[in-house]
Amino acid sequence: MDRMEQAAPRTVSFWDYANPNRFLSMAGPVIMVLGALSVVLFALGLWMAFNAPEDYQQGATVLIMFIHVPASWLAMMCYSLMSLSAIGYLVWRHPLADVSLRAGAPLGAAFTLLALVTGSLWGKPMWGAWWVWDARLTSVLVLFLIYLGIIALARAVEDPATAARSLAIVTLVGFVNIPIVKFSVDWWNTLHQPASVSRFARPAMDTAFLYPLLVMALGYTVLFLTLHLMGMRNEILDRRIRSLAMSKAGKSTEGAG
Amino acid sequence: MTGPHAAYILAAYVVTAVVIAAMIARAVAGYRQRRRRIHELEAQGVRRRSQRG
Repeated sequence: MDRMEQAAPRTVSFWDYANPNRFLSMAGPVIMVLGALSVVLFALGLWMAFNAPEDYQQGATVLIMFIHVPASWLAMMCYSLMSLSAIGYLVWRHPLADVSLRAGAPLGAAFTLLALVTGSLWGKPMWGAWWVWDARLTSVLVLFLIYLGIIALARAVEDPATAARSLAIVTLVGFVNIPIVKFSVDWWNTLHQPASVSRFARPAMDTAFLYPLLVMALGYTVLFLTLHLMGMRNEILDRRIRSLAMSKAGKSTEGAG
Repeated sequence: MTGPHAAYILAAYVVTAVVIAAMIARAVAGYRQRRRRIHELEAQGVRRRSQRG
């Protein structure tokens, strides 16, 4: 027996991290580190942004870019993460996949709302309009409505296990909108400008703007990861409360019987 | 941050700060509330089935 234990050292597998108890014990320190990192990145990014020169065409409104563009990226990234979680649930029944999907939806909705509002505040002085029904803006609005639909569906069914399959399928169906958001500026004539950072060629942006934008984007991403872990932790605790409440109700029924 | 468009820039940053602060507050307050609820239930002697001996 001892020899067998020595001969077969146990490797840590993907499934070891699926245990909600293990997740809860690891989440606290990771949230602290990521939270601190996001504060540092935001401070650095904002300092760089406010020290960047004014754009020769847009003037000082280029400052809105540093908060609008990362919010737009996060809106799409969050949905992509939720779609991966949906696959994780449907294919592998990973215990944390549904938790991840549910925790992502309110964050995705918030970042999409930020993209819409800051875009509108940028559009008015630059385009002369708060809103235009062009392909990029409309597809982002549709993304926001999809997020709201997912949140509503998650809240409509009391038992998370019952809602998980429907949520995963709806999320995957909604993923069709992500390439539309991304490539809308290439596929249709839009008032919104085409991609200027995520190009295979050299980014069409001066480094004076590109570097603060990248630092801000990193700050947004780390903030999102922090909030997502916090949301997952809350979701697991919700299930624990539900389990305790059911045990309590069961005991009351036994007592009455 | 002066110039003719200062109000738009300020509004964009204020909205962003408010939404981010709301997301953080929601996560932190939600965690405290849930921890408190679990302690209340456990103080009443309620255990999950997996915890029962």
